[in-house]
Amino acid sequence: MRTVIFRTIAPYLAALMVLFSIFVLLRGHNEPGGGFIGGLIAASALAIYGIACGVASVRRAIVFHPMGISGFGLFIGALAGVLSFFKGQAFMTSQWLIFDFSGVEVALSTPLVFDIGVYLVVVGAIGSIALALEEREAD
Amino acid sequence: MAGSSVSVDYADAMIMTPIPAGDWLIVAPSLITMVGGALCLMLRKNTDLQPKVGMVLLGALVVASLALLIRVLDHGVITMVMGNWLPPFGIAVTADALGATLTFIGSVVAFCAGLFGMKTVDSSGRRYGFYPFLLLLMTGVCGSFLTADIFNLYVWFEVLLISSYGLLILGNDRIQLDGAVKYGVLNLVGTNLFLIATGLIYGIFGTLNMADIAVKVDAMENPASGTLATVAALYFLAFAMKAAAFPVNFWLPASYHTPNIVVSAVFAGLLTKVGVYALIRIFVLILPASLGYMADVIGLVAIVTLMTGALGALAQTEIRRLLGYLVIAGIGSMLAGLAVAANDEKATLAISGAIFYAVHSIIVMTALYMSAGIISMMGGSFNLRQLGGLYQKSGAFAGVFLILAFAVSGLPPFSGFWPKVMLVDAAFGDDRFWLGAAILVSGFLTTLAMGRVWIYAFWRGGPEGTPDGQSVEVTGSSQAQLSGGAVWLPLGILTALVVYFGLQPEWMIELSTQGASGVVDPLGYIRSVLGEQG
Repeated sequence: MRTVIFRTIAPYLAALMVLFSIFVLLRGHNEPGGGFIGGLIAASALAIYGIACGVASVRRAIVFHPMGISGFGLFIGALAGVLSFFKGQAFMTSQWLIFDFSGVEVALSTPLVFDIGVYLVVVGAIGSIALALEEREAD
Repeated sequence: MAGSSVSVDYADAMIMTPIPAGDWLIVAPSLITMVGGALCLMLRKNTDLQPKVGMVLLGALVVASLALLIRVLDHGVITMVMGNWLPPFGIAVTADALGATLTFIGSVVAFCAGLFGMKTVDSSGRRYGFYPFLLLLMTGVCGSFLTADIFNLYVWFEVLLISSYGLLILGNDRIQLDGAVKYGVLNLVGTNLFLIATGLIYGIFGTLNMADIAVKVDAMENPASGTLATVAALYFLAFAMKAAAFPVNFWLPASYHTPNIVVSAVFAGLLTKVGVYALIRIFVLILPASLGYMADVIGLVAIVTLMTGALGALAQTEIRRLLGYLVIAGIGSMLAGLAVAANDEKATLAISGAIFYAVHSIIVMTALYMSAGIISMMGGSFNLRQLGGLYQKSGAFAGVFLILAFAVSGLPPFSGFWPKVMLVDAAFGDDRFWLGAAILVSGFLTTLAMGRVWIYAFWRGGPEGTPDGQSVEVTGSSQAQLSGGAVWLPLGILTALVVYFGLQPEWMIELSTQGASGVVDPLGYIRSVLGEQG
């Protein structure tokens, strides 16, 4: 698998895929897409990078252990629902913060935080499985 | 909402009035454990800090579930709908006396298990995630007890199953993987049946909200008709698998002796009872008509399960396997309560007996598995042939074990006695003579099996072959774990509960009667979920 072409192109491809996954994640709120599919795309980026350049360099690149990323995703996903407590609303009621940023309407919301949580859980869980399998293959 | 210019009247679909802050207690058990599980997952490498964080959160879980129980007893059934969307479309989380009681008892048991695990789970077990998995298991267990949406119940089942797979293979032994495969395959089949049945329910009624389904079933002309009968049979098979009822019980003795002893303790205490809880919820609350014609089948399954469990326990020499069969025998008793519930007059008594029995079984089975762990630490084995003379090592522990043995056999004055009285009373009152007799015979055989354990492990002088009147010192596997309170305190708490419920049963009888009447006569539950129009 470690051909010159693949090794040269893989870092760029992985970077593009991560970028696209974030695009899909953010776009999901009004159009098809979302945290889950975005997370899958990002996890595939990690897998491709791992096949081309070795698992060790992927682990260096993402800094944290994939399971830790997963845990953090679950953490912010769960806490995103708690914000409504302070407004006397039920768990998971969405809170919106809409403001103008140099003429563009920006809508921040707790569903977005929840979706980022889902994204991180998927990246962490699938990434951890993929990296473990690739490590096993290299033995 | 972003960029919308159309004005929408949200009041038709959403709750617009403020929610009392106390209602957040309904989601607190799942929320605390989920956030806690995530935190422990992030702290995975820090094996010293992880147990402390885990224990603080399990303590918070106990406090929150106790507060929830008190609130339910004060206010009656309480409901919170997720995201303020009105049912039946919004997912409702509802705490009634049944769910809140089991949540509280389950939390206490999880806390004790976490404490026990501080000594018995080594640092590699912690790194593989004992505390995150334990917390996430409790997320699933509490979620199952408190949800009012049948698909949501399925999701919580998945959460607890995935965590239980993780706990089951904590040490990565060959035998554990073998046990996990048997456990996994059967549970996979069970969960799929559950999902298929839920799909059928949605196809028939177009709703997944349990209260809404109960109303719609009630309004049907012929609620015992074909499709619903299929649904009822599928649900019964699926949850009987989870509960390890005969003939789908074989996975339990095949897998419960493989993991770390504290994991076995949690599983034996909680997992099968979630299956029984689901059976009570589905059959008594939403499909009472199906219970009518399934009662004989359920009764037969209960009798055979009671006998399989008791006879299996008699035949075993491995303590953990023996206890696994006693879990199964307990399931038989609870199913007996469900079978009698088809009789309207005896329904409340039978179901409250089953609920009390579930509470008793959660506590006593966890305590017994913990004792088995301590026996192995003291005597170096789980095998009765190699054990003996433990009375000399610790007379107090021998006493505690005897108390637990009496309790699990249903002998007074301990916690197993009262639910058995209620169940036998209900069975005889319903003219199900054989069912009542099976509970009594099974209790008698359990007494023999447990008496055998006590005589062999504690009373005789040494391992098999030791001459009468002499004593041989057995060597323990890990004396170091026995020092300090981490092992004794949880066993002490659970035994104290067993004695308390035995001597002062009124509180628990009252609680389980309230839980039972809440499902037998579900008007309060339905009103709480759907509002006054329900």
